[in-house]
Amino acid sequence: MTQWSGYLGLILQGALVTIELTLMGSVLALIMAFLAGMGRVSRFFILRAIATAYIEFFRGTSIFVQLFWAYFVLPFAGLSLTPLQAGVLALALNVGAYAAEVVRGAILSVGREQYEACTALNLGRWQGMRHVILPQALLVMLPTFGNNAIELLKATSVVSLISLADLTFQAQVVRSQTGSTLMPFLSVLIIYFALALIISWGVRTLERRMARGLDGVRV
Amino acid sequence: MDWDWNFVREIMPTLIQGVKITILATILGSILAAIVGLAIALARRSENRIVARSVGWFAEFIRGTPLLVQLYFIFYVLPDIGILLPPLVAGVIGLGLHYGTYTAEVYRAGIDNVPRGQWEAAKACNLNGRHTWTYIILPQAIPPMIPALANYFIAMFKETPLLSAITVLELMNQAKSVANTYYRYIEPMTLVGAFFLVISLCSVVLLRWLEHRYGRIER
Repeated sequence: MTQWSGYLGLILQGALVTIELTLMGSVLALIMAFLAGMGRVSRFFILRAIATAYIEFFRGTSIFVQLFWAYFVLPFAGLSLTPLQAGVLALALNVGAYAAEVVRGAILSVGREQYEACTALNLGRWQGMRHVILPQALLVMLPTFGNNAIELLKATSVVSLISLADLTFQAQVVRSQTGSTLMPFLSVLIIYFALALIISWGVRTLERRMARGLDGVRV
Repeated sequence: MDWDWNFVREIMPTLIQGVKITILATILGSILAAIVGLAIALARRSENRIVARSVGWFAEFIRGTPLLVQLYFIFYVLPDIGILLPPLVAGVIGLGLHYGTYTAEVYRAGIDNVPRGQWEAAKACNLNGRHTWTYIILPQAIPPMIPALANYFIAMFKETPLLSAITVLELMNQAKSVANTYYRYIEPMTLVGAFFLVISLCSVVLLRWLEHRYGRIER
């Protein structure tokens, strides 16, 4: 047996990059999801059109193609991105497009009477959205956001192909250096699974937190 | 950054060849995913608790880890234990297994939606287990879930570029080799994106039709 401890250190370094990508990607994806999701339910045609075009485009082409496009084609347009920037950008825009539909669905799922109550209380559109609609919609979005975060975590493996040293990349490095295949790939699979379990556990905890005190209010 | 139509015309035949492999991989992967999903869904309902549990955990594990790493696992680890697979076969197995765990959930929901009375009627007619499944439950369960299954097959189509990482000569790989030969990234990468967008927009139309045709259950 060769020194697995050194190689394990390499894989853990990769795990840090993966976690970093997942966190940054999730934050940006969340922002994009709210922008595009609220855009789709906007009053203004032009906002709806832009949001729909964004969502259809990023859901229609594959994450892989988007990543390669950001990394290889944008430099020709004078916009050079580091692998990390390209990775975060592509992941966030892609997952954000999926999550935008979740935001839209959740906002539409809030009952008509809530909107009427907003009007009755003389709340403006923005005030009603901020204080009445979104707090209820957020709870509906949360479980699906958890799934989207796991999808994002899984998609981060693709960045290894533009030479960003994440988990998958390090597994390939260990494979090419030791010739061993089972150990690097199995340990990487287990780490990914553990991260996915942590995300789903975190989202479940958050959901319980937010649902507190809402029993009897929700239908 | 300039767009060269002559270059586009020159590389089109190569890309079309890639598209063929991409579509082939998607179709084979979909067939495998449909079969694997049904097998997982049935195994999880098995009387034998150990089988049900372990299949459940296995599916959970596959769903929580990236397809790319699973492809590497199939492509690099299996030859070490004596199973040598051509890249395309390894890719199809990876796609089929990964999406099989997703379609299993669709099957589960579809089977759960068959009313209890049907099970009781099958028992009353003295049908054995196999006949109950093949003549009563599945014929009622499968048509309503066709749109959801098709949705996953479209998602699978968008993941096929990952096969380029295990040297399958599909669309993305052809585009990359063309790009590396001529050192022109704009046309090949953009065309790959356009191909994906066009095919997935077409498949969305098909999906709408499937929803219209099979989505409603008449009782």
